[in-house]
Amino acid sequence: MIELQDATKRVGNVIHIKPTSLTLQTGHFNVLLGATGSGKTSLIKMMAGLDPIASGKVFMDGQDVTRLNTQKRQISLVHQFFVNYPHMTVFDNIASPLRVAGMAKSEIEGRVEEAADLLQLRPMLHRRPHELSGGQQQRTALARAIAKESRAVFLDEPLANLDYKLREELREQLPDLFAGRGAVVVYATSEPEEALLLGGYTALMEDGRVTQFGPTADIYRNPENLAAARVFSDPPINVARITVSGAQAQLAGGGGWTVPEMADGEYMVAVRPHRVTPTRTSDADVELTGRVIVTELSGSDSSAHFRHGADDWVSLAAGVHPYQVGEDHSFYMNPAHCRYFGQDGQRVA
Amino acid sequence: MAQIKLSNLRHSYMPAPKGPEDYALKEIDVTWRDGGAYALLGPSGCGKSTLLNIISGLLTPSEGQILFDGQDVTALPPDQRNIAQVFQFPVIYDTMTVGENLAFPLKNRGVDPATIKRRVDEIAEMLDVTDMLSTRASGLSPDNKQKISMGRGLVRDDVNAVMFDEPLTVIDPHLKWKLRSKLKELHQRVQATMIYVTHDQTEALTFADEVVVMQEGEVVQIGTPVELFERPQHTFVGHFIGSPGMNVLPCEAKGDRAVFEGHEVMLEGPTHGDGGRTDLGIRPEYVGFGDTGIPAHVTKVSDIGRHYVVSAMVGNTALKAVTEHEVPEPGSEVFLQFKPEQSRVYRDGWIATEERAQ
Amino acid sequence: MRTENQKAWFFVLPVLALVAFNALVPMMTVVNYSVQETFGNNQFFWEGLGWFEQILRSDRFQAALGRQFLFTFLILLIEVPLGIIVALSMPRKGLWVPVCLVLMALPMLIPWNVVGSMWNIFTLPKIGLMGYFLNDVLGINYDMTQQPLSAWITIVVMDVWHWTSLVVLLCYAGLVSIPDAYYQAAKIDGASPWSVFRYIQLPKMKTVLTIAVLLRFMDSFNIYTEPFVLTGGGPGNSTTLLSIDLVKIALGQFDLGPAAAMSLIYFAITLLVSWVFYTLMTKDDAQ
Repeated sequence: MIELQDATKRVGNVIHIKPTSLTLQTGHFNVLLGATGSGKTSLIKMMAGLDPIASGKVFMDGQDVTRLNTQKRQISLVHQFFVNYPHMTVFDNIASPLRVAGMAKSEIEGRVEEAADLLQLRPMLHRRPHELSGGQQQRTALARAIAKESRAVFLDEPLANLDYKLREELREQLPDLFAGRGAVVVYATSEPEEALLLGGYTALMEDGRVTQFGPTADIYRNPENLAAARVFSDPPINVARITVSGAQAQLAGGGGWTVPEMADGEYMVAVRPHRVTPTRTSDADVELTGRVIVTELSGSDSSAHFRHGADDWVSLAAGVHPYQVGEDHSFYMNPAHCRYFGQDGQRVA
Repeated sequence: MAQIKLSNLRHSYMPAPKGPEDYALKEIDVTWRDGGAYALLGPSGCGKSTLLNIISGLLTPSEGQILFDGQDVTALPPDQRNIAQVFQFPVIYDTMTVGENLAFPLKNRGVDPATIKRRVDEIAEMLDVTDMLSTRASGLSPDNKQKISMGRGLVRDDVNAVMFDEPLTVIDPHLKWKLRSKLKELHQRVQATMIYVTHDQTEALTFADEVVVMQEGEVVQIGTPVELFERPQHTFVGHFIGSPGMNVLPCEAKGDRAVFEGHEVMLEGPTHGDGGRTDLGIRPEYVGFGDTGIPAHVTKVSDIGRHYVVSAMVGNTALKAVTEHEVPEPGSEVFLQFKPEQSRVYRDGWIATEERAQ
Repeated sequence: MRTENQKAWFFVLPVLALVAFNALVPMMTVVNYSVQETFGNNQFFWEGLGWFEQILRSDRFQAALGRQFLFTFLILLIEVPLGIIVALSMPRKGLWVPVCLVLMALPMLIPWNVVGSMWNIFTLPKIGLMGYFLNDVLGINYDMTQQPLSAWITIVVMDVWHWTSLVVLLCYAGLVSIPDAYYQAAKIDGASPWSVFRYIQLPKMKTVLTIAVLLRFMDSFNIYTEPFVLTGGGPGNSTTLLSIDLVKIALGQFDLGPAAAMSLIYFAITLLVSWVFYTLMTKDDAQ
């Protein structure tokens, strides 16, 4: 278990991490999701002991490790860039932390082979990193993290520099690889889709703070504020201004529906692109008419960017839909999938 | 703008290539229409960057010709081909302002100042960078820098083609969407021939009218995004395009049926050819659940927001299904149904079923 | 646990002590001397800022300082552009890269007094290869022991030979770090070779160039050994640079007070000009 208590980080006078409290459980797969510069790497470095903490405390399994240096924290870290010892074979690379820990030779061999099997590195054990592809190099770094007995494993965008398909494969294996190893796994990514595929728990990060934490799917479905909804949406979530009066919402560009209980006034409505479809899906659907600006067709999906009133909307639907750029089309939105936020960005319904 | 024709192109980085394995690019023959949006898609090392460099003139091919509007340009250097290129990492002239950056390609060609100003203002407006025109380019964020790189490509109206070499690599995901849509919008507005190189299937499919899928220096399939998705000609295309990719399941072919793990599966049409390794290809999107069908054991269910990805085992073979509504429990036993018109047999990787007449 | 982080200080401590010993202590001694008059026997008399005033007013100091500036000016004027040109013309890939790098590094490996002696022998009329060639083959009247102009040309050429490599190597390091995409983009944008230099290579070399100019300024401004071995400051006082004059006053005449004051002035000028250079060259980045 890793626990942060009002931990902050600053460099000079610049605050990188605002007071953050977060508890990550052993055995859980935890994702830190946020844009570049939101503080994911800073938070990882604080937990790993690589960066000093300005105030607050860090606990590992109940022990205060705030001032304990990295070597003594029993952790593993895998970077975005492939970091291996260039002069060592894959075997030695995986074995190096075990040797440092003074493990018996036979046990080292067993562990290295086990990790190599999990990551399909067995045929490459005697090659050196420069003879491997990018994917194999990163698998070597992951194998080193797996073989080492760690209380926490930090993965800082480990797949960012790999090809799309390779990323897909490794991403699927990762949660299983670390399951049952008795470690807290922390995985930083800037891709919402990656967080969803990895599952587990997600901490949304924005501007040096954790804005929401919980089971990944829950956070995706129930963002507490507009910022969280924006961070956790790929493609970007549609956001529009509505006026609510007598439990009736009205969009500036036309279209109204009944909303859950909330005081009269101005609100923001957010709805994901795949909930805005070119065909009617239920009787409750609200029709939005707008001029199509851009269309994209990905084989399995069609998306249309359209202008409704002063707002730009995106619709994403399975299948092929013949849109004409520059013409008006009707789109349908089911109010059941709408989320409402006040002027301060906080969720109201 | 121009029509681009690649005629029997081959390229090897070796001085004296012996066999086909020495070629980084094997036999390419394709014609791209004027004003179209095309993508070259494939994993690292598939030869797509080599092809791009040959088109832009940074590399001379070992064999074959490149024709712009019927004119042979194979021997011409890059600056005489009238090609614009946007690179993986934004290339910005640090000491210049955004406006000077955009004007640079025109200035070098001696365009008169009034035209330069008009073109720069036009492009800046399209890219939403009008308010940055007089700021120094070196301090911009990566996505704005990349926008400027794109702008430098689009500012000349005499270019034959604009090429993009994985231009969104350094861009954050939420900005990726915006920039990609921007690019699509630009294409729809300026109607330039655009060629986009990437390993990311989403980028390729959403951008292009036609995608060239490459593997190990070879073109595996050329088609529209819908064709590539709906009817992949090769298991590689099926697997590479789509997320998750097509299920490729070892089977036996028997006329218009395949036998997979002892279960008969109806195919889209009769199988041709014989011998070789046979696989059944079906996309996860077309695997459904029902009361009867192929018995399977659910191993994992991933909630990815828009839909659920179900991993299941049939006998000893793992496969995936995508579903929006009927979601089985992990560990449960279910029956799978394969959509016949989307089930095909591949022989040694290549499609071996015939489309049934509609 | 807190002590663990403090351990590192013990390792830094010897360095601090060393710096204090070899920089601060002598510096304080010099400051001490510069405000006093001594006649030996450890007798000191308070002099105030008198020495400073005397030095700054003296023609001898002003002349030496002028020569020093002229020397540094010539060195920077020749070595920086020459270094850039050589760096630009060096291959960036292939077998010749290590060969060129080693050739470039050779002059810098030779000890300074050896460089002085080498050039001394090389340029002597009748005996030296260059001296003989210029006088007896080309018929140019050249003698660095007799003619101030010959002496000046010789010390400048010697320094160019010795130190241009430093500028070359620094610029080269800056050049090879430019990604290929920049050159390709420039080709596609139709940029001329001059534009490539002006808008890509020069801006990317700027950081290393700042370092090169600073290092060359400080080294050439404080140069002593080579001209001393080569000309000894002559003929007459024609190549007596500030550093050579300083040694003459301090060790030749044993005028400790004026020598100390002169050292401090010398030091202050070096510091001031370095600061000006640095500020000017990094000004753009701050914007």
